[in-house]
Amino acid sequence: MAKLLVYVDHDGDAFSANGLGMLARAASLGGEVTAFVAGSGIDDGWAGGLGEYGAARVIVADDAALDGGLPQPVVDAIEPAAREADAVLFGAGVVSADVAAGLAARLGGGINCETTGIELRGDELVAVRPALGDSVMVESGFRGGTAVVLGRANAFPPDPVGGSAAPVERIAPTVQDWSAAATVVGREEAESGGVDIGEADVLVAFGRGLGGPENIGVVEALAKALGGEVAATRAVVDAGWAPYSMQVGQTGKTVAPKLYVACGISGAIQHKVGMAGSGVIVAINKDANAPIFEFADLGVVGDALTVVPKLAEALGSR
Amino acid sequence: MNIAVCVKEVPSATAAKRLDAATKRLDRAGDSELNPFDAHGLEEAIRIREAGHEVGEIVAVCMGPESAQRPLQKALALGADRAVLVSDPSLAGSDIVGTAHVLARVVAKQDADLVILGQQSADADCYVMAAAVAEHLRRPLVTQVAHLEIDGSTLRAKRQTEHGYDVIEAPLPAVISVSDAINEARLPSIKAIMGAKKKPTEKLSAADAGVDGSLVGADGARCVVQSVSPPPDKAKGKRIEDSGGDSVEQIVAFLAEKGVV
Repeated sequence: MAKLLVYVDHDGDAFSANGLGMLARAASLGGEVTAFVAGSGIDDGWAGGLGEYGAARVIVADDAALDGGLPQPVVDAIEPAAREADAVLFGAGVVSADVAAGLAARLGGGINCETTGIELRGDELVAVRPALGDSVMVESGFRGGTAVVLGRANAFPPDPVGGSAAPVERIAPTVQDWSAAATVVGREEAESGGVDIGEADVLVAFGRGLGGPENIGVVEALAKALGGEVAATRAVVDAGWAPYSMQVGQTGKTVAPKLYVACGISGAIQHKVGMAGSGVIVAINKDANAPIFEFADLGVVGDALTVVPKLAEALGSR
Repeated sequence: MNIAVCVKEVPSATAAKRLDAATKRLDRAGDSELNPFDAHGLEEAIRIREAGHEVGEIVAVCMGPESAQRPLQKALALGADRAVLVSDPSLAGSDIVGTAHVLARVVAKQDADLVILGQQSADADCYVMAAAVAEHLRRPLVTQVAHLEIDGSTLRAKRQTEHGYDVIEAPLPAVISVSDAINEARLPSIKAIMGAKKKPTEKLSAADAGVDGSLVGADGARCVVQSVSPPPDKAKGKRIEDSGGDSVEQIVAFLAEKGVV
């Protein structure tokens, strides 16, 4: 029976939804599923709860070096268990992705990113990913070492599979000097309060195609005319034009409003995974090659700075 | 200090992208360009120098076919001092881990204190190369850096996770990947484009680079494409071309038809 090891990332005492989703998917494949949790001061009862998502056992690596939210110490910690496994699976996540790639490089194993489907054919693992702007589905197999699978964000729902608490085995990791050389010296938590864009029926989102933070009034006016809220891409949040709480996408919020108006947004996959479930998607972008036109219900090839104010005015006068 | 920036040749944004039916690899016959995400890596390297840090040299490192000379010229025009292309028929078809091995081998010969990659490749959407390169080099890693400061032999980087922003310090030498929001990459001047032609470009074979042949190429790839198929059908959206805001009436009618206004 194929031995599957699933890394489940967590922030404090909350497991990541993508990690739980990957664990539940792995459990449905019929292999021997072990979950791996890294951190410090981990409670056995909490970790054993992963049995509800399909883990037959849980390995806990508990060490202060694993507390920082950095990937390289986790590669050291998971390596021995990974060498015992046929495949190591990771849900989407910034740290998960770095651990997955570091581990694949260390083990000399193949890695499949953006995975949306996994199958076991006998003992052979097959991973499916969309590629080239989601225009093709690519099925890959693995050879010559441990397979590493990294999921796409929101590809696997974090639904409990009805198992009971799993036995927990604790290991003491050996963290190498160079792995522990980087340190987190500060953290800016996402602000709470304010508007929850996840609850809005209408979102007017903007990206770098809007030109600059001085133009935000334009999207605010359209949001007002539509009775909705303003959202933003990772790029404009990184650039400091908008707060993190407004961000839609892989590292921001996942939203599914009735109407999503994307203004000056290219539609990179990191953004798409956070809003593709919206009811109606309207995209306004002057770049006719922007990927967002491949999945918008209405694509307007034009300058958002020209179209959006006129649209707000037309809707406001209705 | 010296900076190495890893760059990739990708099909142009306007080129039709398809997988070759026989090799199941990306058909690279059309126009190509410098991976746009890598321009931010080069720009950040130049800004470190412009901020007054003593930067000995900025070297652009690329693995690719002979045609990658063109995007490397762009990298030189954007500010790299010299370029290294590792190009060898035996490398075609390498997977992520194999490519990372090659880049690490070449970078290790460049005496670089800071290795910079773009956040992802525009063709394969691969955003994990930096982590694999750092592992091969056994150096500290920070990915998706949105803001970077260098202080002597330490870097301080701000990067986004699912929970907000982390500020991370790491000693040099280190490997980072930069967010496409870290800077606005400048356009090269005519003078810089002309000057790029005089900058040194070195070409290495896989053997020159000290590559382990068992890890690279189609035969060395550990992740092997088995089949390619069309995605599940999705109704194609409607598209309109706007000129000076003349599409507004059609947009309003569409929204009304969908019952969302």
